[in-house]
Amino acid sequence: MLQKRLIALVILLIGTGIGWFVYSAQVNATRPFKLGLDLSGGTQLVYRADLSAITGSDVADSMASLRDTIERRVNLFGVSEPIVQTQRGGTLAGKTEERLIVELPGVTDTQKAIELIGQTPVLEFRMLKGDVPPADFSTSTVDELFEAAAITGKDLKSAQLQFNQGVGGVPNEPVVVLTFNSEGKKIFADLTKENVGRFFGMFLDGVPISVPVIREAIPDGTAVISGNFTPGEAKELARNLNFGALPVPIELISTQTVSATLGDEAVRDGIMAGLWGVIAVVLFMILWYRLPGLLAAIALLVYIVAVLALFQLIPVTLTAAGIAAFILSIGMAVDANILIFERTKEELRAGKPSDEAIHEGFSRAWPSIRDSNISSMITAVILFWFGTSLIKGFALVFGLGVLVSMLTAISVSRTFLVALGIEAKTGITRFLFGSGIKV
Amino acid sequence: MVIIRYRNIFFAVTGAIIIASLISLFVFGLHFGTDFKGGTLVQFSYNSGRPDSVKLGGSLKVAGFEGFSLREAGEAGYILRAGNMTEAQRAALSGVLSGKGEHPVTINQLTEVGPTIGKELRNKALIALVLVLLCILLFIAFAFRKVSQPVSSWIYGLIALMALLHDVVVPMGFFAFLGYFTGAQVDTLFVTAVLTILGFSVHDTIVVFDRVRENLRINQERNRKEDFAETAGRSLGQTFVRSVNTSLTVVFTLLVLYFVGPASTRDFSLTLLVGIIAGTYSSIFLATPLLVAVERWRRGK
Repeated sequence: MLQKRLIALVILLIGTGIGWFVYSAQVNATRPFKLGLDLSGGTQLVYRADLSAITGSDVADSMASLRDTIERRVNLFGVSEPIVQTQRGGTLAGKTEERLIVELPGVTDTQKAIELIGQTPVLEFRMLKGDVPPADFSTSTVDELFEAAAITGKDLKSAQLQFNQGVGGVPNEPVVVLTFNSEGKKIFADLTKENVGRFFGMFLDGVPISVPVIREAIPDGTAVISGNFTPGEAKELARNLNFGALPVPIELISTQTVSATLGDEAVRDGIMAGLWGVIAVVLFMILWYRLPGLLAAIALLVYIVAVLALFQLIPVTLTAAGIAAFILSIGMAVDANILIFERTKEELRAGKPSDEAIHEGFSRAWPSIRDSNISSMITAVILFWFGTSLIKGFALVFGLGVLVSMLTAISVSRTFLVALGIEAKTGITRFLFGSGIKV
Repeated sequence: MVIIRYRNIFFAVTGAIIIASLISLFVFGLHFGTDFKGGTLVQFSYNSGRPDSVKLGGSLKVAGFEGFSLREAGEAGYILRAGNMTEAQRAALSGVLSGKGEHPVTINQLTEVGPTIGKELRNKALIALVLVLLCILLFIAFAFRKVSQPVSSWIYGLIALMALLHDVVVPMGFFAFLGYFTGAQVDTLFVTAVLTILGFSVHDTIVVFDRVRENLRINQERNRKEDFAETAGRSLGQTFVRSVNTSLTVVFTLLVLYFVGPASTRDFSLTLLVGIIAGTYSSIFLATPLLVAVERWRRGK
């Protein structure tokens, strides 16, 4: 009995501890709740990438390059914590579509965001005006430092990562080999002949990606950029050059903008609804089930802090639908308790002593609790699959809620009930274990 | 048990509810929203009183918007639904809504869905619905896999399925009715609500049926002769409180969500509310009485 009481105490302490952790992580912003765009306000843009000109194996590469390019643009825009990700969508029958999803928290001017992202990446070549490259290429001084070169990004045919063996005594040095098309070959030959020793800048969307020096005239249209590359850097440069030169056209297929005020309102209303929801359920449980109801209410609070902590830790991106799922789950979390208490009551009525009745109540109610959670989990899993981000938010919270509540409703309230060790024999204890409007 | 004895009255009530829902569905119809149809949804409000909707509609037409609908929303706002915008229309939008700055406007929400995404989502929603139904069907089959007397187990399953149908038809009919009066449209949240109702409601029916079979088994073990209607009624009485209470706590939270919660989930919580109440009603007033009726009818043959 002492052991049981100790466990109950430990659960209470852990619950309080998690509650404190959740609260302080939110207040000190060390691990705040992650809010979806519909709550924080912002813009989401979904693009379809037109990959008709790209063959199978290059798809992943070109999508990665597209993502990097867009990410760079978004960062130029000065958005805090933007998310740029690729996604494979599709209708049916194996027809897939490569998509790019851009989330811009805090940006509520849809038009401006579209204009910024809508352009295809531009590769430019420029010549450095002086002979000495500056240590830092910040974009504000690009126009002062560089002048236009005769050659453009359209003249580049391809860029490849290769390993240059043994040049300058450095074995296996990664290099990037540029191949120009027939027109570019001529221009490049002239350009390199006239500018030996000068620096040749390559820019993607106005940002320098490489500024090598021209060592000699290159008549055959094949230039080698060598330097202190790691293989990864060389690969990235080659990719940037390739897909800057061969941009993937993108088409806007959906947008979603929510103003910050609307988001704030939704958060505030969601919190209020959560509070009142808990109060309603707790009051009902205590008024109807009395002492066991009070314990179920405590188990419910443990459930709430546990789920909130999970939201912060995973982290789960909360949307309005997710908040609705959480509030719904508060109502469902006590279901297991209701099943158990009703069964316990039947056993008490049949004349069993309290501890046995409690035990029977729990074990007999279990199949029913399991079944109800299975049918809810089925829905949650399918919804998660069905999901747009909105529904995924709902499904994830709902599924988590079902799982965690099953744990807390059964184990936590059972531990408390056993730890109290009250024998429902005399008037007052009979009343405490009773339920409904009868005494 | 009162419910079993007067089951014909409850059958009549249930029938009336279902017919009313079906009429609502066919008369008002379910209208797909922007999510599924593709198009543009703009929710905006005015800081100093909204302009006349006819005037606003006129300037939208001038800007090239066609086949749009404008509905008043809140104190000083509108909800605009239109087809997919061209780039020029999108650029002109806030200027048009503000009457070139005459009425300062705040765009609270702007959603554009391309036609392919809408179609994809429609397919996915349909697949999800079929999958959930299939899984629940398997779940019911599993729950009633053991044969029992005097009603064979597939009848339990069939009746559970009928109750489930009721639980879906009622909120759908209600939503059609709601859509006619408030302009609510079928979106992904509605589909979510229907699927959640399916998952939640099937279980209530299964619990009552489980109890019926448990009591039948106990009767058999103790060699007790009891009329099936009696056993079913007793089982219903034993599970009645828990059926009502488990739904009640969910109803409480949904009511709070509807009245206090975010505006964007208001229709969603209302749909769920109707569905959960319908689910509880059907497990108590439809499923078990139907079981008794079927047993009577089969014995009478």
